[in-house]
Amino acid sequence: METVSPQHFLVLAFLLFAVGFLGVLIRRNLLLVLMSLELMLNGVNVALVSFSRTSLNLDGSLFVFFIMTVAATEVAVGLALLVALYKKRQSVFSEDISLLKN
Amino acid sequence: MNIVDLLFYFFAALSLGGGLLMIASRHPVPAALFMIISLVSVAALFVLLEAFFLAILQVLVYAGAVMVLFLFIIMLLDVGPDGGKVSRIKILSGLAGCLSFGILVVLLLQFSGISNAEVGSWQPIQTSEAVNGNSLLFSTSLKNFGYGLFTKYMLPIQVAGFLLLAAMVGVIVLSKKSLPSGEAE
Repeated sequence: METVSPQHFLVLAFLLFAVGFLGVLIRRNLLLVLMSLELMLNGVNVALVSFSRTSLNLDGSLFVFFIMTVAATEVAVGLALLVALYKKRQSVFSEDISLLKN
Repeated sequence: MNIVDLLFYFFAALSLGGGLLMIASRHPVPAALFMIISLVSVAALFVLLEAFFLAILQVLVYAGAVMVLFLFIIMLLDVGPDGGKVSRIKILSGLAGCLSFGILVVLLLQFSGISNAEVGSWQPIQTSEAVNGNSLLFSTSLKNFGYGLFTKYMLPIQVAGFLLLAAMVGVIVLSKKSLPSGEAE
């Protein structure tokens, strides 16, 4: 590896995070919002693994392992909540869930 | 330009393109498939970074389990296309979004300002020993990974296991058929 530097991976991680962030901000479908959250976590994982590889330290990789565990948990609980919500409201769009809005 | 560079740019473009198509698609099912493309290319990037175990986990856990769960729920709920409509962003939330995005950009610029020598470039991986002093060394072998998990990260892995148990119980409670309020006891 000569020309691809750790910064390249970092810029990619930033862009992945930014795309996920944009998805969370603009999409109304809660399923897509959850997927965008996964994309943000992936961006963070890329950054952590590249730091771990550069500093030759395993801690970053182990963190990625735990992030994957928590992300899988989050998706399972989030989708269960979404199904429960769909049973009550017949909708998965964020603007239909406005009970707490003034 | 050698093969590693080409592979990096190819998979970087694929992961970003998959992500962009995911947030732009009108129907949730193609969105999930684009997301799988993006996740698999991130796994390929992990291979380029020589984190082979994490690449396998990425394919198995994310592209396998998580996205199958997503597709299952999409088809269970039978969500139709939403026409790719986006939510109306209010002034305050738009401002908050711009602010956090700006902070990210500033952080990135600050990091790219650091010279290559300080960040360190790609050094060859040591394979002789797992531990150097107090820090675990990066390695391609699973043995070091397991060693780290069961020594330094013993408590976190137990907490992660408990978290999985709590999530399992929580999901069962959430998806249980709710009884009428009189029969709740």
